Amino acid sequence: METGSCNCVNPPRFYPKIYFYGGKNVGLTGESTGAGVLCSCCGVLQIDRITADDKVVALAGNPNVGKSTVFNSLTGMNQHTGNWPGKTVANAQGRYRHRDTNFVLVDIPGTYSLMANSEEEEIARDFICFGNPDAVVVVADATCLERNLNLVLQTMEISKRVVLCVNLLDEAKKKKIRIDLNALSEKLGIPVVGTSARSGKGLNRLMDAVTDLTREQSETSPMAVTYGEEIEQAISILEPALENTLGGRLNSRWVALKLLDGDESLLRSMRDYLGENVLSDEAVSDRLKEAKEFLEQAGITNDSFRDRVVTRIVELCETLGRETIVYEKKEYAERDRKIDHILTSKATGIPIMILMLLGIFWITIAGANVPSDLIADGLFWVQDRLTEFFVWISAPAWVTGLLVDGVYRTLAWVVSVMLPPMAIFFPLFTLLEDLGYLPRVAFNLDNFFRKAGAHGKQSLSMCMGFGCNACGVIGCRIIDSPRERLIAILTNNFVPCNGRFPTLIAVITMFFAAAVAGPFQSAVSAATLTAVIVFGVFMTMLISKLLSRTILKGIPSSFNLELPPYRRPQIGKVIVRSIFDRTLFVLRRAVVVAAPAGLVIWLLANIHVGGASLLAQCAGFLDPFARLLGMDGYILMAFILGFPANEIVVPIIIMSYMAVGALTDYQSLAQLHTLFVAHGWTWLTAVCVMLFSLLHWPCGTTVLTIQKETQSKKWTALGFAIPTVAGIVVCFLVANIARLLGLA
Amino acid sequence: MSYKKIPLNQLPMGIKASVVSLNANGPARRRMLDLGVIGGTEIEPLYKSPSGNPVAYRIRGAVIALRSDVSGRILVTA
Repeated sequence: METGSCNCVNPPRFYPKIYFYGGKNVGLTGESTGAGVLCSCCGVLQIDRITADDKVVALAGNPNVGKSTVFNSLTGMNQHTGNWPGKTVANAQGRYRHRDTNFVLVDIPGTYSLMANSEEEEIARDFICFGNPDAVVVVADATCLERNLNLVLQTMEISKRVVLCVNLLDEAKKKKIRIDLNALSEKLGIPVVGTSARSGKGLNRLMDAVTDLTREQSETSPMAVTYGEEIEQAISILEPALENTLGGRLNSRWVALKLLDGDESLLRSMRDYLGENVLSDEAVSDRLKEAKEFLEQAGITNDSFRDRVVTRIVELCETLGRETIVYEKKEYAERDRKIDHILTSKATGIPIMILMLLGIFWITIAGANVPSDLIADGLFWVQDRLTEFFVWISAPAWVTGLLVDGVYRTLAWVVSVMLPPMAIFFPLFTLLEDLGYLPRVAFNLDNFFRKAGAHGKQSLSMCMGFGCNACGVIGCRIIDSPRERLIAILTNNFVPCNGRFPTLIAVITMFFAAAVAGPFQSAVSAATLTAVIVFGVFMTMLISKLLSRTILKGIPSSFNLELPPYRRPQIGKVIVRSIFDRTLFVLRRAVVVAAPAGLVIWLLANIHVGGASLLAQCAGFLDPFARLLGMDGYILMAFILGFPANEIVVPIIIMSYMAVGALTDYQSLAQLHTLFVAHGWTWLTAVCVMLFSLLHWPCGTTVLTIQKETQSKKWTALGFAIPTVAGIVVCFLVANIARLLGLA
Repeated sequence: MSYKKIPLNQLPMGIKASVVSLNANGPARRRMLDLGVIGGTEIEPLYKSPSGNPVAYRIRGAVIALRSDVSGRILVTA
């Protein structure tokens, strides 16, 4: 992930602007999606309208209703999708053109309500409220439409330009749920369009409806929700004063309702976006006081006010549901329940989870061998030709060394070793994700996290960490409670990312799989890797527990986790998509990080001062300490130089050994094994390297992301220090206990 | 048919019950309301997680996992 420069200097007031957290896809497979610029200075994104006629459309909806799928289908973009609530925690924007009009579509986080109970709800509400969208599309899940109507009604209270998109109609059909869309549209007073976004059905009609709504500047006359005599009376006391102050900028009835509710966050947002505090208007604050006194006399306190409002909306949803939805089959989720019983029961839940992980690793390792060798052969053949070419043009030896042995070889290593496993692992993981398995993992593991004083959704942010720890850290936004979110951020690095996986796999293949023969090699590798990951999860829980007993004291907050229906993954699409994504990701990293790193390392290894290379001198300095941790100075040096990106750790080790050793070329892991053993590696070195790879400081991007997410130097420093100290302690213990016992 | 009020976390699996009251305030209460848990809402415990906590409930057509500290504050009658 990279950060863009901030180009939003003093955004003008009333210009559409929204909180924008990253524009990044925080899911597993994709890496970037947003067309926006990440802005760290003010947390604001401007919508890129190309012409003034461009229409801005907000895409709202409950979590996990296929919003991102609708977004991707309309914009042709590749926002990450997956079957679990909360994957979109950032606003992403994309463009599409329909009937000669340009539209900017903004995908806002999925929420159950707009009552600003969490950061996501606040972001969603603020965009609908202050982003001045020309239309708001609320995407709803046809299989549980009634609950989704809650958000629809709340949105209709804020905006008069709402389109309801009833998605997943195909699934509803399978479950024998019939929805009368016309009746629903009539009752709600807004356009209602049925879609099956995964197969693209209905999207044209959706675009038509949006175009109609935005083009004629027409407003719908949405059904008004009324809240009973007392509350209506209180609203009518406050609303006229508000109407004066707001001057049509916001829906005054809705603002009145929120002020009566005592919604602090709306006041804050109004200050931020409108640049004024409505309560500083005397008429408003006097009227508010009067209305509140009236409510108090009527016996309505703050909590019961909210209760009445919510109850009214929920009841309305029930009525609407009764009138427009027919369930032809009573127990429609029977199959899902049976699957859940197997995947989450006491006897089988956790074993199946571990077997699943093992299976994925096994396929990854076994499958990656052949393409890895092929790519390596190809790339090293090119290296020979490059060398010949440089000899032919009589380039000086240092040029050849720098470009071929430094830049090209590092790049070739990263591509051949990183690419195949990642191109296999991620599609598999994405399939599980699409299926809806990840929330079940969170369900299974929740008890451990609860005991550690952490949030159950931490499992989900950890899963994101597999792709990239920076993404995982951003993904921690799905956790509302600040304390538990910090715990999740500080421990995310215990999940090995994309850049560390292949390092682990390479070390395992060289040192452990070789112990057995033939077809079992991959199985042994997979088992070892699973053990490493499980150890990482164990460390996550241990450190979470330590944190919540010490500097982040507190009791676990309440939360709820939705277990969505299983969905058949779109296998072909997922595989193609994620192989493509991963390939681009790895290739880009190779060019952006590995190539320049190769250059620097080659220089360090080849500039000699006082008879030894700079690299050797640094390594020599680190060596005594590194030995205590079961490694050597070169390895520790490689981890330090690998700070920009973990991918380059192994290439640095190789290059430093080759610079001082006799071996001049390597082409396979077997040769590498020989090289490493010649430099004193034992099984213990391999174990310590794996442990240190799992437990050490986060990469540069992750550190920056922690800083951005926590806005605190202290937590950033801890995010760096905690895994580092854990790694030093664990490696020290392992190395020295093994030595004491005479095992190595 | 009993009309005794019990906390939701004591309701046996597979028994449908209807919500009587919410014994929570502030954010915890709001979260329940968000899920559509109000007086009269029908809730059915579906299955437990491996350790018995949290438990998955069917609430308004969705399957939602609640930790026992939350479900203990929802009073229901079967």
